Amino acid sequence: MTENLLTVANLSAVSDREDGVPVLRDVDLTLRPGEVRGLVGESGAGKSTIAKAILGILPRTVRITGGRIDFKGRDLLVMKPRDLRNIMGSEIALIPQDPQTALNPARRIGFQLADGLRLKRGMSAKIAEARALQLLADVQIRDPDRIMKSYPHQLSGGMRQRVLIAAAFAVDPQLVVADEPTTALDVTVQKEILRLIRRMQEAHGTGVLFVTHDLGIVAQICDSVTLLYAGKVIEEGPVRDVLETPQHNYTKALIAAGPRYDRPDAGLEPVPEAVFRELRQEIGID
Amino acid sequence: MDEHLLTATGIEVTYGKRPGLFGGKPATPVLHGVDIRIGRGQTVGIVGESGSGKTTLGRALLRLVDVSAGSIAFDGKNITHIPEAEIRPLRRRMQMIFQDPMASLNPRHTIRRILTGPLLLHELASDTASALERVKTVLDRVSLPAACLDRYPHELSGGQRQRIGIARAVLMQPDFVLADEIVSGLDVSTQAQALKLLKGLSRELGLAMAFISHDLSVIRAICDYVYVLRLGRIVEEGPCEQVFGNPAAAYTRALLDAIPLPEYDPGWLERKSEA
Ligand SMILES: Nc1ncnc2c1ncn2[C@@H]1O[C@H](COP(=O)(O)OP(=O)(O)O)[C@@H](O)[C@H]1O
Ligand SMILES: Nc1ncnc2c1ncn2[C@@H]1O[C@H](COP(=O)(O)OP(=O)(O)O)[C@@H](O)[C@H]1O
Ligand SMILES: [Mg+2]
Ligand SMILES: [Mg+2]
Repeated sequence: MTENLLTVANLSAVSDREDGVPVLRDVDLTLRPGEVRGLVGESGAGKSTIAKAILGILPRTVRITGGRIDFKGRDLLVMKPRDLRNIMGSEIALIPQDPQTALNPARRIGFQLADGLRLKRGMSAKIAEARALQLLADVQIRDPDRIMKSYPHQLSGGMRQRVLIAAAFAVDPQLVVADEPTTALDVTVQKEILRLIRRMQEAHGTGVLFVTHDLGIVAQICDSVTLLYAGKVIEEGPVRDVLETPQHNYTKALIAAGPRYDRPDAGLEPVPEAVFRELRQEIGID
Repeated sequence: MDEHLLTATGIEVTYGKRPGLFGGKPATPVLHGVDIRIGRGQTVGIVGESGSGKTTLGRALLRLVDVSAGSIAFDGKNITHIPEAEIRPLRRRMQMIFQDPMASLNPRHTIRRILTGPLLLHELASDTASALERVKTVLDRVSLPAACLDRYPHELSGGQRQRIGIARAVLMQPDFVLADEIVSGLDVSTQAQALKLLKGLSRELGLAMAFISHDLSVIRAICDYVYVLRLGRIVEEGPCEQVFGNPAAAYTRALLDAIPLPEYDPGWLERKSEA
């Protein structure tokens, strides 16, 4: 059996902004090298909190109260800041939700890509620039020379997201965390971006934790899935199993609640109140 | 006589055109001759990618933006160029539900005031007591407790505010409702709740509705008929069974093929649409 790339075990956290309300409750989650795992749940379920905990960028008002996050066998939660800095942005990379705010508006794309490579990979300016150009070609940007010279605002949302995917894979990380990277995009562009992430991930053998609220996206690009509700793992497993034979009533109801263009009667049945009651009872919230 | 409640013909909208000013070049239209008909009690979907002109079209139908060409008829009356004073009585009959109800609800007013105020203003209720009765009935219909009446908008959840927005529109006893991306950004279950509610209400009240969304799946759940908009032009229209079951336009097919369904389909990701 291959060793896990990432093992989140019994991770718990509370919000100091909301009187110590639990945000994560004993979360377990694993990722093997080269696996794509979807992390799903409604808004506020704790998806981004898990992503941020892994990346070490939790807001001060969210406090970890227990558990561990082992990356290649070492607990990120107790690692020295210097070691963490070496790992983040090089062995672990992020594809953010909003490409607009993730890029520096005052710097050309080429500079931003090459800068990262100089810092994280110690490349010379010249080599970094050549590599940046290659990376843009890798993410199927047709006119990489022009994009290198462009500022972020001159690019479409989809193009900016391609640039950020290039930046994430530039450092050849073993783990990529993608937090709702396609929510701002039109569906046709979204599909291209999903395809690109999957291709890059396969080419590099990267493990991906893909945060989304869309079970359709999970079905189409993930190998496995973890479903959260109120910070608790409700169901977990290979994507096909979870979608075809969901075990929990909440999972079943959630799948049924989504609208589908191929079914006129879908999308009109919310998760029944009884299922929410069952969930709350199980989790122990009143 | 036209049996349709709303008929828009050859709609063209051009933003920022200032004839003569600096002799600047005329702006290009964002809608190029759009024809739309909405029957009484019918829910019509308007779908397209961002920037295709959906919001502009919706606002043109309500005369919230001026058209540079074309005409709009509501209940048999040509309203294309009638003055604001003549539109005002029609406003009650043409309601709008917003995506972010927070932006359209006065934050300093209680829900009670937000909902009863317009009833009194439009003389749909003779006094406060009867206005409150109507409001309570509608609140119950949208599954909100009467306790909401003493709350302020910010004290409610997003889904609850959305239902206040729906209640407010319905209270005006409109013939037509425009809903622009009202379920985008809601969680799946909350979205299903809003869609079910709207579909039920439109049936019960015989409401005609223009339902704008970028999401074809949402359109399928609630609409009878759909218009597909691309770059300011209708590229396909028809009853939902037809457009979704057997799309004629390559663009419609491309949009449908790009929607990920929650089911195992190993070929989906690499499958390319011919459009
Ligand atoms: N900056 C913060 N400070 C304190 N608590 C927060 C903060 N951000 C989010 N939370 C809490 O964490 C919970 C989970 O949020 P999040 O992980 O962002 O959910 P998701 O990404 O699934 O929508 C929220 O319901 C909120 O209570
Ligand atoms: N107030 C405005 N002034 C100038 N251009 C506008 C305005 N509103 C929208 N547009 C432009 O009109 C086009 C259609 O926009 P819109 O109707 O909002 O599309 P959609 O709702 O389909 O996203 C876009 O190119 C947009 O930039
Ligand atoms: Mg989030
Ligand atoms: Mg719009």
